[in-house]
Amino acid sequence: MGKYLLRYGVLTYLALLLVVPIGLVAYRTFENGIGPVWDALTSPQAISAIKLSLLITAIAVPVNVVFGVATAWFLSRRKMPVPWLVNAMINLPFAMSPVVIGLAVYQLYSRDGWIGQHLFAENIPFLFTWRAMAVATMFVSLPFVVREVLPVLDELGTEQEQAAEMLGASALQSFFRVTLPAIRWAVIYGTILTVARALGEYGAVNLVSSNVVGQTLTLPLYVQNRVSNFDPTAAYSAGLLLAVISLLILSGMTMLGRSGRKEDTV
Amino acid sequence: MLYLSLLVGLPVAALISLSLHSNAWSTVLHDQHTRAVIGFTLFVAACVAVIDLVTGVALAWVLVRDDFRGRRLVNALIDLPFALPTIVASLVLLALYGPDTPIGVHAAGTRFGVLLALLFVSLPFVTRAVQPVLLSLESDVEDAAACLGAKPWTIFRQIIFPAIRPAAVTGMALAFARVLGEYGSVVLIGGNLPHTEIASQVIANDVENGAPQAAAATGLTLIILALLVFLALGVVTRRWSRHG
Repeated sequence: MGKYLLRYGVLTYLALLLVVPIGLVAYRTFENGIGPVWDALTSPQAISAIKLSLLITAIAVPVNVVFGVATAWFLSRRKMPVPWLVNAMINLPFAMSPVVIGLAVYQLYSRDGWIGQHLFAENIPFLFTWRAMAVATMFVSLPFVVREVLPVLDELGTEQEQAAEMLGASALQSFFRVTLPAIRWAVIYGTILTVARALGEYGAVNLVSSNVVGQTLTLPLYVQNRVSNFDPTAAYSAGLLLAVISLLILSGMTMLGRSGRKEDTV
Repeated sequence: MLYLSLLVGLPVAALISLSLHSNAWSTVLHDQHTRAVIGFTLFVAACVAVIDLVTGVALAWVLVRDDFRGRRLVNALIDLPFALPTIVASLVLLALYGPDTPIGVHAAGTRFGVLLALLFVSLPFVTRAVQPVLLSLESDVEDAAACLGAKPWTIFRQIIFPAIRPAAVTGMALAFARVLGEYGSVVLIGGNLPHTEIASQVIANDVENGAPQAAAATGLTLIILALLVFLALGVVTRRWSRHG
């Protein structure tokens, strides 16, 4: 009896908080058929938002993956100067509010900021453009790859790498032939998390964007903009597009989690 | 190292130096509204942490010990709030609990709406922390206790809870810290009204109103509060692991 009460209580909570609201948005989006949704998603403003989101993701993700793997490797295999400071900097983006991250980037690149004043002197537009938005996104999504890869590297140990080097492999060969294949699931997992965060970031990017429709709005900013302008069709369409992307990412991770673990145990 | 310093260290240093400008701190510490908002943020974060503790442990228990059709789907669903962009979380809650609500619950622009949004984004923390511990806990001790006549509640209190306590508290602390800095999910459903604002919204508004110094001081207050939470968590879990 108590068991069923608990089971259905929990399921009701999940339904009211997660499933019904998301289902309702899906329903509202397609209330008038697929035509208006297609029109809303192919409007110049929406296309611009999709393109900007993809551009920022295409900048932030590769950089964070390469530097994330490198940082994890250094933390695990070499002595880093002041390791506690490195650790703090890696974890800080998780402990900071996205708005505060946005503000920190804003201040650094503003007209009187340490980097911003030089950029303004050289007439390079940075703050309120896609460049600052990409930097804010990089900051926000920095920890994912490092934190996925580091424990795997630690657990892996150095025996195989040492063996490879004894057999005459260079450090690079040993990394690409021995280390990278062993950590590839962690790298892929971390990359997916980075993509999800980069595509969905709102708070940090909002603060460093000029918020001009059709120019500096990413998809999440566009959703907010459409809601404030009482354009529910466009808001729901863009919101549902983001939700579908995150559902795909989620199912990808669930499948990866299974196959990755299977390979680990073999 | 250089990359980290450039990307994280330098902006944070700029933030700290900005907050040291003129009288940013005294403005923040004496401003009635900012203080009220930080107080409300702490209060609502505490509420969320407690509610998450109850629902999170219940969810973890149902997912590990119970068996029903669709359990795997529910298990995958738990991570959805992590994958979903925060602004979409706000949008979907606005659809069900906003002005066009089909069920008659008007939560837009209320503190209840803010609470809902924060419960949404912090849903996975406790569940995901407790689940593996519960999974590794053999159920034979529970069975033995049941055979000896212990009631379910006694079993939970005497056997399950002590084992999952460190994990549950870790999950609560993570949820609390997340709520302290949350922004996107409350933007639409909170409606940006004075009584529903949480700290991040005050920071964003200060920046928009040309007061970045005050925003920086409030932002650093948030960082310090989050660090205090993690520090306390470290102390508590270390003490428990020593006694356990």
